[in-house]
Amino acid sequence: MTDQISETAAIPAAPLAERLRAQMPYWTVPALAVVGLLLIADVSTWSTLTLAGLAMGMLIFIMASGLTLVFGLMDVLNFGHGAFISIGAFVGATVLLALGGWTASESLALNLAAVGLAITAAMVATGGIGWFFERVIIKPVYGAHLKQILVTMGGLIVAEELIHLFWGPNQIPLPRPEMLKGSWVFGDVVVERYRVLAVALGAVIFVGLRFALVRTKLGLLIRAGVENGEMVEALGYRVRRLFVLVFVAGSALAGLGGVMWGLYDEIITAQMGLNILVLVFIVVIIGGLGSVEGCFLGALLVGLMANYTGFLAPKVALGSNILLMVVILMWRPRGLLPAGKG
Amino acid sequence: MAEPLLRLDGVHTHIGQYHILQGVDLTVPQGELTMLLGRNGAGKTTTLRTIMGLWRASTGTLHFADTGLNALATPDIARLGIGYVPENMGVFAGLTVRENMVLAARDGAIDQARLDWIFSLFPALTRFWTLPAGNLSGGQKQMLSIARAMIEPRRLILIDEPSKGLAPAIVDALIEAMRELKRTATTIVMVEQNFRMAQALGDSVAVMDDGRVIHSGRMSDLAADPALQARLLGLSLGVHQ
Amino acid sequence: MLRTLLSDDRPRSRVLAGLLILVVLGLALAPFVFPGIRSLNTAATICVFIVLVASYDLLLGYTGIVSFAHTMFYGIGAYGVAIALHAMPGSWGAVALGTVCGLALAMGLALLIGLFALRVQAIFFAMVTLAVASAFLILASQLSTLTGGEDGLTYRVPRLLSPAFRMVDGQVLGVRLDGRIVSYYLIFASALVLVLAMLRIVNSPFGRVLQAIRENEFRAEALGYRTAVYRTAATCLAAGAAALAGVLMALWLKYTGPDTTLSLSIMIDILLMVVIGGMGTIYGAVIGATLFVLAKNYLQVLMASAAASVADVPLLVDLISPERWLLWLGVLFVLSVYFFPTGIVGRLRERA
Repeated sequence: MTDQISETAAIPAAPLAERLRAQMPYWTVPALAVVGLLLIADVSTWSTLTLAGLAMGMLIFIMASGLTLVFGLMDVLNFGHGAFISIGAFVGATVLLALGGWTASESLALNLAAVGLAITAAMVATGGIGWFFERVIIKPVYGAHLKQILVTMGGLIVAEELIHLFWGPNQIPLPRPEMLKGSWVFGDVVVERYRVLAVALGAVIFVGLRFALVRTKLGLLIRAGVENGEMVEALGYRVRRLFVLVFVAGSALAGLGGVMWGLYDEIITAQMGLNILVLVFIVVIIGGLGSVEGCFLGALLVGLMANYTGFLAPKVALGSNILLMVVILMWRPRGLLPAGKG
Repeated sequence: MAEPLLRLDGVHTHIGQYHILQGVDLTVPQGELTMLLGRNGAGKTTTLRTIMGLWRASTGTLHFADTGLNALATPDIARLGIGYVPENMGVFAGLTVRENMVLAARDGAIDQARLDWIFSLFPALTRFWTLPAGNLSGGQKQMLSIARAMIEPRRLILIDEPSKGLAPAIVDALIEAMRELKRTATTIVMVEQNFRMAQALGDSVAVMDDGRVIHSGRMSDLAADPALQARLLGLSLGVHQ
Repeated sequence: MLRTLLSDDRPRSRVLAGLLILVVLGLALAPFVFPGIRSLNTAATICVFIVLVASYDLLLGYTGIVSFAHTMFYGIGAYGVAIALHAMPGSWGAVALGTVCGLALAMGLALLIGLFALRVQAIFFAMVTLAVASAFLILASQLSTLTGGEDGLTYRVPRLLSPAFRMVDGQVLGVRLDGRIVSYYLIFASALVLVLAMLRIVNSPFGRVLQAIRENEFRAEALGYRTAVYRTAATCLAAGAAALAGVLMALWLKYTGPDTTLSLSIMIDILLMVVIGGMGTIYGAVIGATLFVLAKNYLQVLMASAAASVADVPLLVDLISPERWLLWLGVLFVLSVYFFPTGIVGRLRERA
């Protein structure tokens, strides 16, 4: 296989204006950070908020990445994604609370192990439920957007009620493990320990997803499928199987995100899935359907926006994110980095 | 006369409420290039898509060698050794040229000898090998699409309007490449509006109108009969490009 | 005469016609035939929900748009009147002002959402409406000085509508003709007018274009209809009708709060009513709303007593506890979308 350019004729570089235009989506994140700095004025507060925003963004990214791939690849609008978030949180919480000894211990290793087990349990549970959801609930309504929305919304409600059934009607507090509590203080800047974990995990998942998408045959199929599923089938690949895989992976990631979010908020409720779903939708729309990179940018923007407005004008926090979505869609109607359908 | 590799008998295809194919009977001889001609809306693309399983025939049968295609899903039809070059080329713009080709070579391993052969026909592909296919010009995308069908030996290749929207010089290059492909005795079904290309490459010809095949026979016979051309296609050879 | 009233949209099924007559008569004579506060409350709720669900059917059934912001428009209408009456208790001027402001805000918001969300991919619309509705819910809870926050607002309605008012002394047909009866008939009459108006809208050329858009948007565009304009118009009309339903509810309950107007469970209720009744029929809203409200009120009582009788069986008692109403709703809803997409009206019409 040759990767060499065997002709000497140079390919003309795209004009500067066009290259800049292609890069602009990436600049939105620093741009927002700068705007935040100007409005908040105080550098240490800004730093704290920015780190908090990045952490929040990473967590939303984890949950949104599955949804955007599912939509991009399968053209399926799954409102039930929120159910996976909630269920993941509750399953993870159950495990974490059961491992009380480990979470209370002063050993970071034990703490992380507990979190790790909780996450694994959540991912297995939501992955499994996701498989069931795709085969039973979604498959009959492939291609029918209206029915998909209705049916998956119904599924979300049923899931919420089932959580009430099994775990009771109340919120469940979820304290962080001992060594993940508290923060490091650098001068006036406060860095919560748990948030560092969130950022690290989010980054690992982002890198992992990108690697899988760009370097593996499976990732290649997914990227091609997002663009033109029909052609991938015409090349001899069974795209339907790919759907199930992506759906299950997306559900598992949602479950993972649910646990992490539960620890972030230190409380879990049956409604949390629906509440976060709203943010996830905003992120997916901003990023561009089907694009993991766009999703990542969108999530960081939403995280930063939520934290900046949370400080500056708490009452309009959610509204500000909607405003952000409006502004970005006015600029790029298909999102920041759309994965392009056809 | 060569053995028919592909046979359609009384194929009807409905898309929603539209009855597009109204009883298509088509015989594609093995080892030859069969041209599928007809004016816009005659059902040529629908025929190819139905063969490929992208649209389902409502009645009628399709046979590829000994295998019935009616009940097969598109990936399985492709795996029988049928390649498809669609009208919009179906090139994955976000993937590099190399990645497009890797996908087409199903086991992932590209046969270097075949690749060199393809490069000799389509040199532009080497220049854009590691670049996104979206950067290619229309003609280059068409070449990539055909190259994807050629990277594996196929028993049948379906090509839909390869010359559409391309400059005459590129069409000449395509004709040359197609001649090369024909030398491998691959069976090809090609939909074309460009009669010059059709005449240059076609061995057999089938003309469609209103969802049916209204004429089939040898291309040489059609090319020699201007009156027949005028009747079937509303044009005569040599005047229309 | 009846044909013009129904805008030529006949029930097309004897059973359906019979049911509709039953419902209308039942509602018209409710204070006399079903005496008691609770029954009247149920009847008034049915009237309001019929309007609300019919307005949603305009959107979902006729235009093919899924929106989760409908309860927001309902709430805007209700809060409009509530805030006005809270500021100027008992005055008709407040009612008028509140209604006009609520209508204006609802339709204005619908216009904005339509202009924006329909400019981008249509599939975003559902997501965007969910986001906007959530934001509005939070906003309503947080602007507590204006909206009463979580607790909502209570206020005095005009004298004519309040129980203190007496039309005649003594009783007529065993019922005291007080302001509550007046209130009820105001709601009943308004609901009737609004439903007939919606029948007129969906059977007009405008309504036919909406249906064409629902069936095949590309084709409608190709035929020269600017689909974005039509959809935005449909959204505004639906929002306006929903706001008026909110006004009626606010006048009846004399209370408006996030839980009675803006909550997601009401949105789910609407979805269920429209799907079970039959999408794209308007009559479906009538049947669906009636069945649903009756079932919800009386079935919950049934569930409670059933739950009491199996109080010892651990999981079962939780499953049929009236608190789990929403669970069964959700399951019923999902099953209806799969197996019962044309709803009751659709089924009846098929049989006819």
